[in-house]
Amino acid sequence: MRAMIRTILRLVPPTLILFWFAMVFVGPLIAPYDANAIQDADVFDGMSRKHPLGIDYLGRDMLSRILTGARYTAGIAMIATMLSVGSGLLLGLAASAAGGPLDMALSRFLDALISIPSKLFGLVVVAAFGSSIPVLVATLAVIYLPGCYRIVRSVAVNVAALDFVTVARARGENLGYVMLHEVLPNILGPVLSDFGLRFIYVVLLLSSLSFLGLGVQPPAADWGALVRENISGLAYGAPAVIMPALAIASLTISVNLTIDSIFGPQERGH
Amino acid sequence: MSALIEVTDLHVTARQANGSDVELVKGVSFAVARGQVMGLIGESGSGKTTIALAVMGYTRFGCRISGGRVRIGDTEVTALDAPALRKLRGRRVAYIAQSAAAAFNPSRTIMAQVIESALIHGIASKADAKVKAIAVFKSLAIPNPETIGMRYPHQVSGGQLQRLMAAMALITDPEVVIFDEPTTALDVTTQIDVLKSFKAAIRDRNTTGIYVTHDLAVIAQIADSITVLRGGEVRETATTAALIHAPVDDYSRSLLAAAEPALRLTGAAQSIEAPVLTVSGLIAGYGGLDSTGMPHIPVLRDIDLAIAPGRSLGVIGESGSGKSTLARVIAGLSPLARGSVKLAGEILPATIAQRSKDQLRRIQIVFQMADTALNPRVSIEDIIGRPLTFYFGLTGEARNKRVRELLDLTHLPSSVGTRRPGDLSGGQKQRVNLARALAAKPDVLLCDEVTSALDTVVAAAILDLIVELRRDIGLTTMFISHDVKTVRAICDDILVLYAGRVAELLPANAILAPHHHPYTQLLLASVPELKPGWLEQSHSRARGSGEPINPRRPAAGCAFEDRCPRRITDTCDRVAPPLRALGPGRVMVCHRQPEEL
Amino acid sequence: MNRLIGRLLFQRFLAAIATLWFVATCVFVITTLLPGDVAQELLGQSATPEAVAGLRTALGLDVPLLQRYGTWLGNLLTGNLGKSLVNGMPVASLIGSRLGNSLLLAGVTAAIAVPIALLLGIAAAVTRGSLLDRTIGAGTILIVSVPEFLVASAAVLLFAVHLKWLPALSQFGRINSALDFARVFALPVLTLSCVVIAQMARMTRAALIDALSSSYVETAVLKGASPSRIILHHALPNTIGPIANAIAFSLSFLLGGVIIVETIFNYPGIAKLMVDGVATRDLPLVQACAMLFCGAYLILVTCADIAAIVANPRLRVQ
Repeated sequence: MRAMIRTILRLVPPTLILFWFAMVFVGPLIAPYDANAIQDADVFDGMSRKHPLGIDYLGRDMLSRILTGARYTAGIAMIATMLSVGSGLLLGLAASAAGGPLDMALSRFLDALISIPSKLFGLVVVAAFGSSIPVLVATLAVIYLPGCYRIVRSVAVNVAALDFVTVARARGENLGYVMLHEVLPNILGPVLSDFGLRFIYVVLLLSSLSFLGLGVQPPAADWGALVRENISGLAYGAPAVIMPALAIASLTISVNLTIDSIFGPQERGH
Repeated sequence: MSALIEVTDLHVTARQANGSDVELVKGVSFAVARGQVMGLIGESGSGKTTIALAVMGYTRFGCRISGGRVRIGDTEVTALDAPALRKLRGRRVAYIAQSAAAAFNPSRTIMAQVIESALIHGIASKADAKVKAIAVFKSLAIPNPETIGMRYPHQVSGGQLQRLMAAMALITDPEVVIFDEPTTALDVTTQIDVLKSFKAAIRDRNTTGIYVTHDLAVIAQIADSITVLRGGEVRETATTAALIHAPVDDYSRSLLAAAEPALRLTGAAQSIEAPVLTVSGLIAGYGGLDSTGMPHIPVLRDIDLAIAPGRSLGVIGESGSGKSTLARVIAGLSPLARGSVKLAGEILPATIAQRSKDQLRRIQIVFQMADTALNPRVSIEDIIGRPLTFYFGLTGEARNKRVRELLDLTHLPSSVGTRRPGDLSGGQKQRVNLARALAAKPDVLLCDEVTSALDTVVAAAILDLIVELRRDIGLTTMFISHDVKTVRAICDDILVLYAGRVAELLPANAILAPHHHPYTQLLLASVPELKPGWLEQSHSRARGSGEPINPRRPAAGCAFEDRCPRRITDTCDRVAPPLRALGPGRVMVCHRQPEEL
Repeated sequence: MNRLIGRLLFQRFLAAIATLWFVATCVFVITTLLPGDVAQELLGQSATPEAVAGLRTALGLDVPLLQRYGTWLGNLLTGNLGKSLVNGMPVASLIGSRLGNSLLLAGVTAAIAVPIALLLGIAAAVTRGSLLDRTIGAGTILIVSVPEFLVASAAVLLFAVHLKWLPALSQFGRINSALDFARVFALPVLTLSCVVIAQMARMTRAALIDALSSSYVETAVLKGASPSRIILHHALPNTIGPIANAIAFSLSFLLGGVIIVETIFNYPGIAKLMVDGVATRDLPLVQACAMLFCGAYLILVTCADIAAIVANPRLRVQ
């Protein structure tokens, strides 16, 4: 019985992740109301049968707004993470394969880039370019690229020093074969787990920027923006401000728990 | 007389990552009388260290003593609470770990750590403890006893750290000392001196000891009785003499057989064929080249060797002798500064990138650690199949057929083909490692310490396989090892390296004959023999006891000069020793005439 | 202090300077890369041509790029941070009036968070696998996986809305007593501390567990050393480097947290100034604030590096 409960509990985080990613595609379709239409004059109303997650500061249905917002939070974060981890993987593998000056130049450059705190980087870019979804995706991808590069490179360099890689090189295999067949399969675990962690960081940063009013711009609204626009409801403990915050937490915590259950506990750091 | 240490039906259980329990020690019992030393011998996974630690009431993280009793004197160790255990440990029972380099705290001075247990247990003031420590240093023949305590662990060599660890254990005059493989990490020439000082310390103090090791020859020198362990169970307990001369258990017999490798070859006649591999005037090293074209950190200097088809050259030397670098240079993995490597008379380019596919195919290298030599993500048949596809373009059924032949050749069941390296035992992995090299049909196989990481019984089986391959398919091999016994057992010729230079080259069957290079003599004299009393009779005469090879010694003079018992003052330290050809396949590099040695 | 350490420290110092220069270049490049006419872009389509021309001169846009870069670096070095585009005030004085507030907030937070985080991290490592360890682990992972504004909102909900102990916003006009001070500071500091503590406690635990599973700690246990002796004499001296790193890293986290916390609590500090600057696209102000934050971050990281070098016995004693 306890084992069964444990198994069910273990399935909750991956299910939640799947749910939110499904919402990226079908969120607006299954939302009960138009996310931007004013339904009720009772702003910051609590949960009711008609509006299960309450009403926002303008009288819009929160459930619909959150389901629609998934598109921005999870969608943008996913694209940005794929760009960031993908290019980090490519550069990291290339650097560890080539070694020498290329490795040195890339490592120095990206290490220096890491010394700009992520939120600050985001703020400077938004100040210069204004905020639009392409700018956000590109900025988030660039911010987390150096971290991913660093992990890929260090794991790849370690694997490349193992004897089976030496054997492949001594056999006369070319660099491409060595990296693709010998090194890559052995770094996929760390890279996937890093992908999950980067995704969390991206969601957190994106939400924070939106919360500051510098991320996703109205009329579109991600979860961070939903918290921001309803923040005045905090004084009444309105669900309109609590629910989107919980949505963010449900996504990031689920990803965290899923990584832990697949790869074992990770050491986290931004 | 009742025993001082009594272990009864000891069980130790470990909690695995998935939450289930696994028993490491399954009901072990033994007793040690006061003043006696008992050896615990076993392979990896036999539970020998776990048992030794349990005697101190200690288990590593995730493990617990799940049953049985341990008694020392009139103390029930298994019944003690944490404070009472702290009073026991370090005071009445002390521990000497395998790797002193890791067991010393890197950020404290040696003296602070040596006298710590005396201070913890309040048996001496700091000043008195220091005086006593210096006395113990002297009794263990540690150099610079007055000042060595002020150093930090990283400033002291491994052999000396191991003795300092013994001093740390002996500072409180404990009743019981537990030795956990204390010489395994050392080179043989260092090991013998450390063993001697341990033995003297045990005798002088009438210490009761438990000595954990995997090396039967070592334990035969130290222990009064021996307990043979396998898979967490006792296989046999006997006095040392009885176990060595009349083992009862099958497993004890196989351990014994593996410890004294039989000479597997009867020294094939000198081949008159042209050598398949020739190395001439080889100089190699790291850190780039200086203005004269010499490497900044030279590892190998003036190496000449030749291997005729079908023969096997053994290369022996201690850590730092450059033996692995030699294999890597021949395989094109490490750069060569000067000299040449010739394969069947044809000079090989220095690097892999410059060598042709066929040149690469004809030299194959097998590494020591089978764990890291096989890609854990690739199935065995793909590991062995890749060279077939790469060199011979074999695919499909033709490839599968050849893979099965190779598995058969290395005595692996064909069912391992679909499995991954992680599913295989250490010995099986090393066979796959060999099969992959053989797949290339090499002219020369370079074996770098291929049995060093294996348990003795498994290693013996791998040696048998290599001998069989030599006989059946006429394989030419270069066999690198730190173990004279192994090399002697399977090679035709032996090259002795010291500090990157050739000390001596000789036929394997000449090794027991007299007149060897002083370093060869030291090596031979240092290898423990499987007979009690050998340690007392042996007289290793190395100077500067326990100092490792110093590769940065100036190039002038003989590299071995600082350790050589036969050095000639004003000659050996100034003039490079001459190379003396002493007949077919015999070379010695020494100032002394062979007859003098 | 030997020559090797001296050389390593000098290298670190040079590396910090080089990185600062790199960061300055990045900030310059990002803020000048804007395609098209920056002045027009900033003022919008409805701006008069005179206003655009005026702004262009104010931004120095009529000067060649390299020369602008030189001027910007020179101005940074001499502390000439330019004037705000929005209200024409010197950026230096805008920052100066707020710097104290931010430093106070960060200082109070660090003073509270660092000791608590170290204690929690050490406690978790020592009791590894116990209920306490697992509780600390679950709590910290919860906090590091949610945004700072969620922690802040939760704190407001609990202490200001439900318990009504504290005001939800910082009300700086009304500080008359120490109690007022505490009430105003409580929520911002609490929020920031939570975030910093969670991060630092996790890293401290990891570093200490590394040391505790080492062979030399096992040796100390087998000498009969007490748990406190093992922690103080054996484990901690070897974790100075990693823990200094954890502290620097977590305090840099504080820099990020400050941006959110100052905004949500309406706290008159630099971060709030910068966020307002970004919203109004007041580039000189944003540039100056960014350099200030990056500088602070670099100082932290360099200090941690230096601590690790000086604490390493292999480097200290040759």
